[in-house]
Amino acid sequence: MNIEKLLYKPAGEKAILLGDFAVIRGALEAGVQFVSTYPGTPASEIGDGFSLLKKAGKGSFYFEYSTNEKVALEAGIGASFSNLKTLVAMKSFGLNVASDALLPFGYTGIRGPTVIVVADDPSCHSSGQEEENTRGFASLAHIPILEPSDPQECKDFTKIAFELSEKFEIPVILRLTTRVAHQSSIVKLGKIEKANRKAGFKKDYQRFVTMPPRVLEMHDELLDKLAKIKRESEQSAINFINDWSAVAKIGIITSGVSYLHTKEALQSLNLRIPVLKLGFFHPLPEKKIERFIKLLNKVLMVEELEPYLEKEIKILAKDANPKLKIFGKNLLPETRELTPEIVMSAIAQLAGRKLKIENSLKIGNCKLKIPQRSPNLCPGCPYWPVFNGVKQALQEAGLKREDVVFGGGIGCYMLASFIPHNLQDYLLCMGSSIGIAHGIKKANKKQKLISFVGDSSFFHAGIPALINIVHNQSNPLIILMDNQITAMTGQQPYPGIAESGRKEKGQKVKLEEIVKACGVKHLKIIEPAKDYKGFIKVVKDFLKKETVAVIIARRPCVRIKR
Amino acid sequence: MKKNNRQFNIVLSGVGGQGLITLGNIIAEAGFLGGNEVKMSELHGLSQRGGSVAVQVRLGKGVFSPLIPQGEADLILAMERNEALKSGHFSSKKKTIFLINDFEIYSPSFGNQKLPGLGKIISEIKPFAKKVHSIKASDIVQERLGLGILAGVFMLSGAVHKGLIPISPANVLKAIKNNVPRGLELNEKAFFLAKDNFKT
Repeated sequence: MNIEKLLYKPAGEKAILLGDFAVIRGALEAGVQFVSTYPGTPASEIGDGFSLLKKAGKGSFYFEYSTNEKVALEAGIGASFSNLKTLVAMKSFGLNVASDALLPFGYTGIRGPTVIVVADDPSCHSSGQEEENTRGFASLAHIPILEPSDPQECKDFTKIAFELSEKFEIPVILRLTTRVAHQSSIVKLGKIEKANRKAGFKKDYQRFVTMPPRVLEMHDELLDKLAKIKRESEQSAINFINDWSAVAKIGIITSGVSYLHTKEALQSLNLRIPVLKLGFFHPLPEKKIERFIKLLNKVLMVEELEPYLEKEIKILAKDANPKLKIFGKNLLPETRELTPEIVMSAIAQLAGRKLKIENSLKIGNCKLKIPQRSPNLCPGCPYWPVFNGVKQALQEAGLKREDVVFGGGIGCYMLASFIPHNLQDYLLCMGSSIGIAHGIKKANKKQKLISFVGDSSFFHAGIPALINIVHNQSNPLIILMDNQITAMTGQQPYPGIAESGRKEKGQKVKLEEIVKACGVKHLKIIEPAKDYKGFIKVVKDFLKKETVAVIIARRPCVRIKR
Repeated sequence: MKKNNRQFNIVLSGVGGQGLITLGNIIAEAGFLGGNEVKMSELHGLSQRGGSVAVQVRLGKGVFSPLIPQGEADLILAMERNEALKSGHFSSKKKTIFLINDFEIYSPSFGNQKLPGLGKIISEIKPFAKKVHSIKASDIVQERLGLGILAGVFMLSGAVHKGLIPISPANVLKAIKNNVPRGLELNEKAFFLAKDNFKT
């Protein structure tokens, strides 16, 4: 179904929505006016959906793909300060980039209600960096965090988050995980509100300028706000007890997708155990939790990754019920996502049930050797001749692969780390190939080093690192993989082309002009698929340079549909 | 584990690029049209580019988790024969039916490894499944319709007409109309081709 038809279905109807799309519908129902994002799986479809709506001429909101997540959030903050209802979406790592703006934004608070959607990826299905848990930002940023379980809640919580934001003048984080963002199910739709807030920045020094000594008062005010929101959390219907029985001796506390695994497990085990389901991760409804645990002998916290809930509840139990036996990470893993059978096994242990899971054909039990299928570059991908050409150049220069360090970052060029390329010796984050290259070259100037960086990554996080290299004088060879798109996350536009996520054109920013303006002396623009020999020659040549050299390997991604 | 007759769990396993998410969307919508609750879980992103993919669709009443518990698949529809093995932990002797596309997709990551071939794959799966079917779906649609990607709709139609999924062919056809991104006519041809030519 085309997306504008799907997302603009009339109120009262039902639709099967992906969690990410349900967030969009929730924002439309709330009357969102400004949306910014940087694509990142599993949050990419939020931006993509808004973009498709804009291109179809729907909606009275503004939408953009920003240069990176910090810039996206800052744009959102500007819109919020100008009174607009604002949504900013990103993946987990994006919030790390944006955190420099996020923390003071908690202090200033919003003017237009603002929701920041962040999608974590337990088990790192599409996140090669680290297994992040955005819940950690609750105590760092003092910003409320809501955690939906399914697409219906994705929609409803988005609206609730806007309401909370408006009522308490604070940004609110909506935290998704892969199994929520990429879960589809039936959603009952509500009414789409017309966006009606008048735009305009009104000066208010006391509110928008975080300078000492005022900033310290703002810190106090933020904590006061949070205390008020805690009272709201106590009364909120999204923190509820399921299947309550006053005689229950065992209980479960959970949130997000873990709630669904818990319900599934209880059904399979044919057990009736009360479950406290938390829609608020921060601030927690402490009194509600205390009332719940007061009568219990045992409680299990079903949560993915770090035991944030478990720690909080241990503290509450000290006064509320010191004899309470608290289970959590002693029965559940602290890394990787949960699954129904993992939760089933924990609940069975809690309830003293024997659980017989049939011996199935787990990969470990398989007698046949199942071939590992790594992702790989698409047939016809312009990166093939780049990686092959680099290898060829080394051979011709009499260099072994061990003689050269290969730097990596985030993008399709991560695939350099797999067979048949094997050209990746470090990989951390967006732009890391360039930033880290400098330190390696400074540590040992004789070490040869080639950094791969994607065009979108370069705009996102590479430019300051390149300026640092020029200014502080090291000489890696940087290959800027210019495929004219943000390829890995699904072909979103970026500053290197004259397109935007809207109908209107964007202003193209030329990579070579930026590279030159950074002060790079050795620059070559080449299309390796067309001039393979020339590419090999320039790699050999540039590896000998005394100052930093940049090759822009330019050819559009094969998946671009224009 | 308690057997729950109210649910029907389908695993679609294969390789990124085979159109598994679209196939999942079609099943979910057809299930919805038939009055079922539906849940679907999918993955996107780089690891799906030519990597292993498993889309899970759950139909019926009392479906909570987006993930199918171990040993609880009713149907495992494998669009690539080696990938059938990777969904094995969803299978159980009691109820799981495998429907395997007898087709192999090469990956550069295989290197010099030898692949097992259909016979060995089936004998590995058999002790853990109620029934294993296979069909050369990709070859058939390639030969008859000239487009390999239609194998998904062909397999789904075959499964529905064989009664392997409790949804009606009419609803599947409706859902195909709403969900295929392009080439509707060819997809409909693949649907009807399987109606009369699905011999496993």
